[in-house]
Amino acid sequence: MNSSHSLKQILGQGHFAVTAECGPPKGADPEIILKKAEYLKDKVDAINVTDNQTAIVRMSSLAACALLKSAGLEPVLQMVVRDRNRIALQSDILGAAALGIQNVLCLSGDHQSFGNQPQAVGVFDLDSIQFIQTVKAMRDEGVILGGESLSKAPDIFIGAAANPFADPLSFRVTRLAKKVKAGADFIQTQCIYNLDRFRSWMKQVADRGLAEQTYILGGVTPLKSAGMAKYMKNRVAGMDVPDEIIKRMEGVPKDKQREEGIRICVETIEQLKEIPGVKGVHIMAIEWEEAVGEIAERAGLLPRPAVE
Amino acid sequence: MITAEQKPIDEIRKMIAPYKRILVLGCASCVAECAAGGEKETAMLASTLRMAARMNQEDVVIQEKTLERQCVKDFVILLDDILDNYDAILSLGCGAGVQAVADMYEDIPVIPALNTEFIGETKDQGLWVENCLGCGDCMLYYFGGVCPLARCSKHLLNGPCGGSKDGRCEVNPDIPCAWQLIIDRLSRFNALDRLEEIYPPKDWSKKQGKGPRKIIREDQQK
Repeated sequence: MNSSHSLKQILGQGHFAVTAECGPPKGADPEIILKKAEYLKDKVDAINVTDNQTAIVRMSSLAACALLKSAGLEPVLQMVVRDRNRIALQSDILGAAALGIQNVLCLSGDHQSFGNQPQAVGVFDLDSIQFIQTVKAMRDEGVILGGESLSKAPDIFIGAAANPFADPLSFRVTRLAKKVKAGADFIQTQCIYNLDRFRSWMKQVADRGLAEQTYILGGVTPLKSAGMAKYMKNRVAGMDVPDEIIKRMEGVPKDKQREEGIRICVETIEQLKEIPGVKGVHIMAIEWEEAVGEIAERAGLLPRPAVE
Repeated sequence: MITAEQKPIDEIRKMIAPYKRILVLGCASCVAECAAGGEKETAMLASTLRMAARMNQEDVVIQEKTLERQCVKDFVILLDDILDNYDAILSLGCGAGVQAVADMYEDIPVIPALNTEFIGETKDQGLWVENCLGCGDCMLYYFGGVCPLARCSKHLLNGPCGGSKDGRCEVNPDIPCAWQLIIDRLSRFNALDRLEEIYPPKDWSKKQGKGPRKIIREDQQK
């Protein structure tokens, strides 16, 4: 994972890619990030670092990515448009590229009212699609918004998110098409528990020819408990957790629920591998990074291929 | 119209505490329509303040008057003859009204009695909703008459985000997802293809480019 652009190369060479997620700490201690990195080393091709997720103040994603990079891992810098205007966003893209960060995931971000700073202004100067387009122009044409030239263009592999489970269903594929048209090289989806709905979304994606224009990585999150499954179903907007999954989690004793969550996750990955157009998996083990290696192992994703 | 709501009475009482002769000044325009600062609300606030003063045995004169518009000089000027009787004005105008009055009368404090809220519409009796940001570059044509800047919680020009569920917004289930409304309305006109296009970043210089905006119309000037 020391070589540059390994995620891009792995996808380009047709390997089934594996990415994971790592949340920065609510504090200034680099050790926490480096410890999480240790769990993920050699288990995945790249590691997403979340950007003040759920609008809770944490160590900056850019700084945490730099720490991962220095530890020899390949980061995916998540950037939300909630907290920065177009000046700051473009500036941070240049800074990230200068630090050797080569993957950026362009997101809208959770609304500020959900977090611990509900009185903050929500910037939303650009939306996620405009942001993707901006990064693409910076990379491919070497220009910022307004057309001024850069002394050096940032070499960024551009990612975006897609939620196959939100409404209106008829429009979800159109929105993905807009992200691809804007310049998304890869897509990481919302957590998949409802495989039927994901399959029907993927079919529409493939029918529109989008699966050939971008790399789609299916998102998975291992459940820690039946309570977590119910919370996600009822409290987290845009999540689709079918009743069968909840029943399955409830069907095992509490001390075995983590194991059941890992089993569901591994089965989901095995199904995802069979769905045409799915090019990889994004494992979001929330505050449970140590589970990623086991999931990858049991899903037959290890060892990770070496890239030049 | 501009909507507003009255400030908590304790906050108002604190602000007027240093003054002995107060004019409570209403406005019969927008803030009357939203039942915050019209003639009726002005009379009620004045009477509440008088009662509170009497209860606390304070020696204060509180009188009221309502102007047609506080934000238009031609109406504000009607205060010329009476202001000598007061040492403060408690205005039930919107933020523009308060400042227009203050601008005209430099020597008397003008205190706001309302919190100005937004540009919106009267949806129902007792219900006002925001639907315009006053961005200076109206895009309603493209979005079927529903403004995503004012009505989408994330101001997305290329929405909807992943938090649209059953036509509601994840930020607050009481509010409809503006993007669901846009999609529904454009599909009625067979104009959904408008949403295949990527709308470029908004030109905010038309709203906040060089400080407060002004409109100059020479054809209207004397």
